[in-house]
Amino acid sequence: MDSLLKLDNCTIRFGGLTAVASFSMEIRKRELVGLIGPNGAGKTTVFNMVTGVYRPTEGNVLLAGERLNGLKPYAITGKGIARTFQNIRLFSSLTVFDNVRAAFNLHLRHGPSHALIRGKAFLKEESDIENRTMELLKIFNLDRLREAMCKSLPYGDQRRLEIVRALATQPRLLLLDEPAAGMTPTEKSNLMRLIEFVQETFDISVLLVEHDMRVVMGICKRIYVLDHGVRIAEGPPEEIRRDPKVIEAYLGEGPGEEGKGEGAGGER
Amino acid sequence: MSRGPLSLVVALLVCLVVSLFGENFIASNFAYYYDILITIGINIILATSLNLVNGYTGQFSLGHAGFMAIGAYASGSWSNHLDPVIFGLLGGPTNPLATNVGLFVSMFFAGVLAAIAGFAVGVPSLRLKGDYLAIVTLGFGEIIRVAILNTDFLGASRGLSVIGSYTNLFWTYGSVVLCTYVVLGLVHSTYGRGFLTVRDDEVAAEAMGINTTKYKVLAFVVASFFAGIAGALYAHFKAFITPEGFNFFRSVDVVVIVILGGMGSTVGVTVAAVLLTILPEGLRALAHTQFVPPAYQGLLENRLILYSLLLITLMLTRPQGLFGERTASKERFSRSRGN
Repeated sequence: MDSLLKLDNCTIRFGGLTAVASFSMEIRKRELVGLIGPNGAGKTTVFNMVTGVYRPTEGNVLLAGERLNGLKPYAITGKGIARTFQNIRLFSSLTVFDNVRAAFNLHLRHGPSHALIRGKAFLKEESDIENRTMELLKIFNLDRLREAMCKSLPYGDQRRLEIVRALATQPRLLLLDEPAAGMTPTEKSNLMRLIEFVQETFDISVLLVEHDMRVVMGICKRIYVLDHGVRIAEGPPEEIRRDPKVIEAYLGEGPGEEGKGEGAGGER
Repeated sequence: MSRGPLSLVVALLVCLVVSLFGENFIASNFAYYYDILITIGINIILATSLNLVNGYTGQFSLGHAGFMAIGAYASGSWSNHLDPVIFGLLGGPTNPLATNVGLFVSMFFAGVLAAIAGFAVGVPSLRLKGDYLAIVTLGFGEIIRVAILNTDFLGASRGLSVIGSYTNLFWTYGSVVLCTYVVLGLVHSTYGRGFLTVRDDEVAAEAMGINTTKYKVLAFVVASFFAGIAGALYAHFKAFITPEGFNFFRSVDVVVIVILGGMGSTVGVTVAAVLLTILPEGLRALAHTQFVPPAYQGLLENRLILYSLLLITLMLTRPQGLFGERTASKERFSRSRGN
């Protein structure tokens, strides 16, 4: 299978602190990959590195062979990486419809001057976007909420709307930042089905950064485990579940054990 | 022609007809009301354009008077130096064609110069947010004022006499129509939703592929352009301008109109511009009626006290402004589709 996203020995230092050390990762096309790790392991830092919020101090972030280092977040989204946020960040004064419509902005062919002249081509594009927005909303059963303000939606719907909005940018890779945070077990099961559904329907790759083991183990084909900024394991869920280093990172070291530094070194 | 541009043309024609047939009548019979009418128009342009920055895009600019000053002085000195040339070509200051062409050219020059200034200020300062941006734009407005105050070419503190007062209803309300059309047309499109996303959540907007800097600069440049136009109309209306006419309080007046009308509501801001222009005049008229004891006349005439009281009351009872921002999210303009 072809590689889509590749992190090549990425390191990020904030002053003297190394948040992520020589981290390598690969996501192939149409793959559902998980990234897990205990609190403060550096998951979000990796996430921010891929989306352009931080620039790696060393190493390269490559999307289909193209370097993304130093690009602004909007430019990275333009290359085909869309994301959702851990604490939902919808456009709060806009309707459900407009939240999704705004995300079509990226691929607009008509700029501000066309918006003033309102020629045929401009109006056609506007009505195309309206149709595509409605199609997307329909797929996720949000179409009847079209004119609702997004703030008024229940939590689960807001999560879904955020995913819809990200999909409207037509990504090749979708990054989900702790989508299960604050959800009940039923909502989590729905979310798992939703993520698989999105991956299959839109034929994209998904990187899931998550705390919840059940969600990650349930749907990811491959999992990366991060601890103290270092990759400590990589593999399918069954292997990860049995991996002693992973268990140790999550449950803490046994007395007298001293495997951490060694383990991290060995993984490299 | 689709409905948007069509309504623009119709509205401009209405302005033209009213101006052609009503201008002289109103100006000679109701000179006082005519002046108020022009002032209202100028304030609507200022407030509607600032609303694009402060309301729709969510950036707090306090320097609108600075751009207005640039427009006023640019068009004023342009007319002083080049109107004689235009008059020479088109037949003297008594010929309406000559005066109108002269006014149009100087207005355009004023708008472009103010827009360039808006770009120059916007690019470095729009990376700042909230209070910081407010301070930078405030500082910019003061720099403009002090610079003019010390430029002998522009009359310095003596002020600048502007040749002829050619501002009329057509150019004033034509500009109102154009400004409103541009702001609404921009905002009510998929492209224009970008302004609102910048206001709501810059981080999320960037993550959706929206170049927030580009939007902020565009909003700033468009607003400056129309502030320049308003300045030109003002200069050719008063025929005499001083730097003090464009001080910090002038900027605050416009911000007050925008907040009172409801940030991000063009209708609300327009209504607020009308109300706040009439209010001090109405109070002055009221002060000299028999209903008001002489002791309170001074209070009624002091619009600043009433402004403040009104603002406090309004912010306590309707923090979202007169009209809130429902009109911003309601889609009527762009869904007048042509399919």
